[in-house]
Amino acid sequence: MQIATLLSQKKAAILGRWLSMIYESYPPETAIFLRKEKNRFDNPAGYRISEGLEGLYGTLLQEMERDQVMACLDEIIRIRALQNFTPSQALAFIFLLKIVIRQELAEEIQKENLAAEILDLESRIDGLALLGFDVYTKRREKIYEIKANEAKRRVSGLMRKTGLTEDGLL
Amino acid sequence: MAKTPTPAELLPGLSYKPPEKGWMDVKPDFRPGTYCNPAAPKWMEWINYPYPAARSIPEDNWELPKDWKEIVLQGMEDRLQRFRSLKVFFDICVRCGACADKCHFFLGTGDPKNMPVLRAELLRSVYRRYFKTIGRVLGEIAGARDLTEDVIKEWFFYLYQCTICRRCSLFCPYGIDMAEMTLLGRELLASVGLNIDWAMASVAQCYDKGSHIGAPPQAFKDMVDFLAEENERITGINTMPSINRKGAEVLFVMPSGDYFADPGTFTMMGYMLLFEHIGLDYTLSTYAAEGGNFGWFISHEMGKRLNAKIYAEAKRLGVKWILGGECGHMWRVCNQYMSTWWGPVDFLEKPVSPITGTKFENASVHKMVHISEFTADLIHHNKLNLDPQRNAHIKLTFHDSCNTARGMGILEEPRYIINNVLPEGNFVEMPPNTIREKAFCCGSSSGINANENMELRMQGGFPRANAVRFVHEKYGVNHLGCICALDRATLPTLLEYWVPQVEITGISELVGNALIFPDELERTTDLRDRDLVGFGELAEEAGEEEE
Repeated sequence: MQIATLLSQKKAAILGRWLSMIYESYPPETAIFLRKEKNRFDNPAGYRISEGLEGLYGTLLQEMERDQVMACLDEIIRIRALQNFTPSQALAFIFLLKIVIRQELAEEIQKENLAAEILDLESRIDGLALLGFDVYTKRREKIYEIKANEAKRRVSGLMRKTGLTEDGLL
Repeated sequence: MAKTPTPAELLPGLSYKPPEKGWMDVKPDFRPGTYCNPAAPKWMEWINYPYPAARSIPEDNWELPKDWKEIVLQGMEDRLQRFRSLKVFFDICVRCGACADKCHFFLGTGDPKNMPVLRAELLRSVYRRYFKTIGRVLGEIAGARDLTEDVIKEWFFYLYQCTICRRCSLFCPYGIDMAEMTLLGRELLASVGLNIDWAMASVAQCYDKGSHIGAPPQAFKDMVDFLAEENERITGINTMPSINRKGAEVLFVMPSGDYFADPGTFTMMGYMLLFEHIGLDYTLSTYAAEGGNFGWFISHEMGKRLNAKIYAEAKRLGVKWILGGECGHMWRVCNQYMSTWWGPVDFLEKPVSPITGTKFENASVHKMVHISEFTADLIHHNKLNLDPQRNAHIKLTFHDSCNTARGMGILEEPRYIINNVLPEGNFVEMPPNTIREKAFCCGSSSGINANENMELRMQGGFPRANAVRFVHEKYGVNHLGCICALDRATLPTLLEYWVPQVEITGISELVGNALIFPDELERTTDLRDRDLVGFGELAEEAGEEEE
């Protein structure tokens, strides 16, 4: 049996466990809430993270455009890039998928001799993590950019009046 | 020496279960980006606030006065006597948790101390320790704790992670008002010299020069002139208002963001066009040139000091009543505090619209009408000549600003205006659990729209942005409307991070776009110089589509 088929069959279990591990990186009270509240507007972080994870999982099942992959990563990373995590903690969730897959498919990996396939899969998860660095950096740059833009906007009416916008200063 | 950590080991919740700690033992993490800088001493000196000092959050020593503890406890005792509400809020909470997941800061940061029930507990625990027998005797078992410097630091961190939006109060079965507690907690902090720089600088500038931005009267007049010139350039209509004119019927007061910062400036242009359209006898004031009131974010006393100018100027100019622009907290202060502070307001008349004759009974005490009430009444009486097609390029959703919506019940008026100035089908509501009384806050109000705490603000505004993104993706919404100047200042930044395809607009700007004047120039752009549908690039795009 191919690993892609196994990943499809065990999607719910693997995704559920992966999501659970991410929630556990929050304080216990918060983890309970993220897991429990199902309304996408009352629990925006839980919703966006689960959507992003599902998308990322999809990238392992079928080929996708790079933009789509980046968008799935961004869904989660743009939240974690703001929250109380170091960069390594913000991105560690991607690597957790390896643990989940090894645990969930332990029996099949041994029985079906999937060593080569699992190596390839794990390499692609590493690739996701590397792309995650790009997304994380872009998000942090975005924070500095919006800080600068807001500072300009505070007096932007005045700047327009004095014509400074036309000089490219704004 | 230690092994290089695995990814799971980097995450505390996964690699090991941290020892169970009570909330009292978990200290706040003052990570840059999540807190506001303490106020520079010069601002505090300008307004004679106590204990100015050059403070730094990362330093252990926060330069508290020697008798800080006595000052805070005495301050708490005073407030418990003055505000019965505070004592009730402290005593009545049964920790049911209904509020716990309703705060945008909890939803965004994931920090349990941003659950309103726990944020209140930061203050309540001290109250129990010093003002309740059970707390004095049983201490921590009864949820009481000593007042220490660490507790003060925790207050500073979390009381400036509350935007006084009151969403939690809506869900509390007892109606406990977290905003009230936050405001009084901030007063206690201010009493020992702890204020935030962004709010304090705005307050000092406003007190000294007349507006939060520190613009002198000449600069105010200069900007008003410029915006009138812009109106004339785009519409051909002269909208130049009078300034400081005695004997005008109405004094118009707006937040300073409306004449200095885009996109508020376009809202200001909209007000001016509207008043010209109906021939309103109004004047602006260089003294009451700031409707906003950052003083209220620091203390009731400072809110009162900054607010004094509005009635004083209305009296000096001899106007009949006051009209207020699109601002959230300004409106709350003017509507709910102003007449209590200064009343009875017997030098003004009960507001009556000179155009429709409508008596604004709701404003009979404080004598001030909100621009949305005023405009909706004009439209209702068919007094405005409007062309909604001039807003055809705008697909709008509406953000209920906390103070006007949840605080004051101004829910229908802006929607009524929107439905009359936009083409049918161009207004889309966000999901019901995110609007009206349940609206999610912008995440940057109550004086915390500083630059240095940007990460915190983006987290706090995440639930709001999440709903905006939904209507953008589902219905193609490209504008978010609001009737609050702080929203106009901070939502562009929020959406630049979360939903960059959506722009912010005031509602009076849309009115200004739609107004038809008899002698106007042919309108080809909106007030932002963007092509109207049928003109310029938008016409070319339409042509290409047809081909």
